[in-house]
Amino acid sequence: MLPRLYHILHRQKELANTFTFILEPCDNATAPAFASGQFNMLYIFGIGEIPLSISGDPTHTDLLIHTVRSVGNVSQATCALKPQDIVGIRGPFGNPWPIEQARGKDLLLIAGGLGLAPLRPVMYQILAQREQYRNVTLLYGARTPEDILYRKECESWRAHLDLDIAITVDRAPTTWRGSIGVVTRLIPRAHFEPQNTIAFICGPEIMMRFSATELEKQGIATEAIYVSMERNMKCAIGFCGHCQYGSAFICKDGPVLPYSHVRNLFFLREI
Amino acid sequence: MQIHEMTLEEHPFLTGIAAQHHALLMGCAQSATFTPGSYLFHEGEPANAFYLLLKGKVMLEVSTSKQAALPIETIEAGEVLGWSWLFTPYRWHFSARAIEPVQASVLDAACLRAKCEEDHTFGYTVVTKIASILMQRLQATRLQLLDLYQ
Repeated sequence: MLPRLYHILHRQKELANTFTFILEPCDNATAPAFASGQFNMLYIFGIGEIPLSISGDPTHTDLLIHTVRSVGNVSQATCALKPQDIVGIRGPFGNPWPIEQARGKDLLLIAGGLGLAPLRPVMYQILAQREQYRNVTLLYGARTPEDILYRKECESWRAHLDLDIAITVDRAPTTWRGSIGVVTRLIPRAHFEPQNTIAFICGPEIMMRFSATELEKQGIATEAIYVSMERNMKCAIGFCGHCQYGSAFICKDGPVLPYSHVRNLFFLREI
Repeated sequence: MQIHEMTLEEHPFLTGIAAQHHALLMGCAQSATFTPGSYLFHEGEPANAFYLLLKGKVMLEVSTSKQAALPIETIEAGEVLGWSWLFTPYRWHFSARAIEPVQASVLDAACLRAKCEEDHTFGYTVVTKIASILMQRLQATRLQLLDLYQ
């Protein structure tokens, strides 16, 4: 697959090392449709290619939105991009969040750190069709109050009377009036009917493992829990094997996988 | 999150507790409210109570010599606050400050300890309940120490 050229339309600083980019196809055609949870391969010419989850609204695909944290060479170069710079994009790829399965059920979204980015499209989709779901709860854990991603949006979601939004931070100054503690501590406080709930989790693997364990303890079936996995990807179409995780390829079978498929792998070393 | 005020009977700590043990607990309990900014207890003071939070949010803090008290964790409605009352020297290790209007059922520690001593089955129930909460909090603290989101 050849990359399609996109130019940067807007660059928004989210956190000290995290930026959101709005991109537009150079050929003025519309960006391809995507489903919540899918990702693109973003190519910085001469530097390299990285997988990035799509963090925009799947119901408005005229623009492409990615949120990037500067951690390696390519993401560092991505974060330095300016409006009008050109990048290559391949995608969208991967298995999305099974939002269809959540219709008529309680939906629990659990995000940690930058893990909120792949879940933001789910929030947009739910808000567009709020009547199709029962209780919708977002539990979000960040490092400090300054590290809360999409802070203004979180505040606006919290203003919705039919959404439960709980945010906790690992550490905070005395001026913070919100919750302190890991995101798993929010799970017993949330309101959901375990037998009729579907949960989507995205964040560091350890956080996902502990969150899933707590959800199971609360009575949610393992089959009703989905996680979004991250691995080093190259081809993004299941050929190269870089992202192999047990019997699954994260690029093709994931990034969203049923927890029941990866539960045992979470406890294995060096996989 | 919309935290609903709960009655004492709805408090998760009481789930699965036998009726006669429930009555023993209630014999040591009284209701209390705390306004935002007020302290439920201070570190170093005698740990003379055990709190079942029914409404609101409490910040656990630790004093440092260099600055104002450092917040450690929040405890919220449906959770329990304090276990120093169960272990010698029965002194609080942290301070607890209400950051929202708090309603709680406050169980007198001396009363509870005496009943645990008199009725070991009751004592075992209380201690295993507290131990389970301790384990959850310990796991959460370990996870917190990993600094996962850096």
